[in-house]
Amino acid sequence: MPAIAAEDAKRFFTLFNIVSATIIIVGIVITILRFTKGLGAVTHLSDDNPWGLWIGFDLLVGVALAAGGYVTSAAVYLFGMKKYHSAVRPAVLTGFLGYALVVLALNYDVGRPWRLPYPFIMQQGTTSVLFEVGACVALYLTVLFLEFVPAPLEWLGLKRVRQLVVKLTLALTVLGVLLSTLHQSSLGALFLLAPSKLHPLWYSPYLPVFFFVSSIVAGLSMVIFESTLSHRYFGHKMDATHLSEKESVTLGFGKAASLVLAGYFIIKIMGLAAGNNWHFLGTAYGYWFLLEVAGFIALPSFLYAVGVRNKDLALIKWTAAWTVIGIILNRLTVSLIAFNWQLPSPRRYFPHLMEIAISIFIVTLGIVVFRFIVTRMPILYEHPAYKDAK
Amino acid sequence: METIFFTYQDFYTHTKGVSYVLIVAALVGMAFFWSFLSGKDD
Repeated sequence: MPAIAAEDAKRFFTLFNIVSATIIIVGIVITILRFTKGLGAVTHLSDDNPWGLWIGFDLLVGVALAAGGYVTSAAVYLFGMKKYHSAVRPAVLTGFLGYALVVLALNYDVGRPWRLPYPFIMQQGTTSVLFEVGACVALYLTVLFLEFVPAPLEWLGLKRVRQLVVKLTLALTVLGVLLSTLHQSSLGALFLLAPSKLHPLWYSPYLPVFFFVSSIVAGLSMVIFESTLSHRYFGHKMDATHLSEKESVTLGFGKAASLVLAGYFIIKIMGLAAGNNWHFLGTAYGYWFLLEVAGFIALPSFLYAVGVRNKDLALIKWTAAWTVIGIILNRLTVSLIAFNWQLPSPRRYFPHLMEIAISIFIVTLGIVVFRFIVTRMPILYEHPAYKDAK
Repeated sequence: METIFFTYQDFYTHTKGVSYVLIVAALVGMAFFWSFLSGKDD
C-alpha cells in the first residue's frame, strides 16, 4: 500500500502540477481581493485608462487566438478540405476554452457577474459596438459549446444526444463563421471611437478589417502551435489518423497563413497610404510599427512560404509561434501601447502585478482544463464506437 | 517631410494616387509570391 501511495504521489506532484496549483491558489486569492476591495486594490486602471491588461490581453488577444475554431471548421465543413478533419476537435476545444476564459476574464473587469445577461434581458445598447461584440461572443460561445459537446457525449456514452448534436454541425459552422466575422472585426471597431487617442499609425477606418484578417492568421497559427504542443505532450493519446494527418495540417495551414499574412501586410500598407501617415515612421512609435509590420507580418509570411516550399515542418512550427507572438503584440499595441499615446508619462498605464497574475491565472486554468479534457475525451482520437465522428 | 494639404480633395487625390500605385505593385507582387509559394508543389 505505501508503495502504491508513493507512486500516486509521484504521479501527482509533477513540476507542472505544483507550478499550476501555485498559480491557481494565488489567482483565487487575488480574485477574492478584486471582488471585495474593488478594481483600485488590484489594478492600475483609472479614468484615463479604463481598459487595461484584462481587456488588452485576456479579451482582445484571447478572442483572436481562439479564432482557430471557426477557421478550421470552415476549412473542413464549408470548403470541403476533409484532410484537415483531425484538426477540427482540438481547434474547437481551444476555441471553446478560449472564449469561455474570455467571458471569465470579462467578469473581472465588469465586476458584477450576475449582470452579464443584462444587455439581453434588461436594456439592449443597440447603438453600441460593444453590445454587438457581447451578443456575438455570447452566441458564438454557445455555438462552440455545441460544436464541442459531441466529444464529452461520446465519452459519457450518450449516443442518441450525440447523434442529434452532430446533425447540427453544418449549421453551427455557418453560424460560427458569421458570428466570428462580426465580433472579430467589431473588436477592432471599438477603437474607431477614439481617433485622437490611438496613434495614427494604428488608427485607421480599416481597423475592423485589420482585426478580422489578423484573427484568421491567429487562428491558423494557433492550430499549428497547439498541434505541435499536443503532439509533444499528448502524442500517446493520438490515433493513426491524427498522427498521419499531422504533416498535411501543418503544411496546409502554413500555406494558408502565408497567403493571409501577405494580404494582411498589403492592407496594413494601404492603411498607411490612406491616412498619409508616412512621416510617423521616423518616430519611436514608427520604429515599433515597422517592427510589427516587418518582423511579425512580412517576415512570418515569408518564413511560412519557405517552410511550405521546402516541406520544413520545424520552420513552419517556429513561425507559427512567432506569428502568435506578433498577434499578441498587435492587440497589446492597439489597446495599451499606442493608446493614449499623447498622455504624459505619469498618466500612462502599466499593469499592476496583480493584473498580470490574474492573466497568468486565467491562461493556466485554460491549460489545466485543456489537459483534463484531452486526456479523457475523444479529441485527439476517434472514439471506436463512433468511427464516423465529426 | 509632411506635405500640407489645403483641401480634402487635394488630400484624397494624393492618398488615392499613392494607394493605386501601391495596390498595382502589391497585385503583381502577390502573383510572384503565389508562384514562389506553390513552386515546389507536385
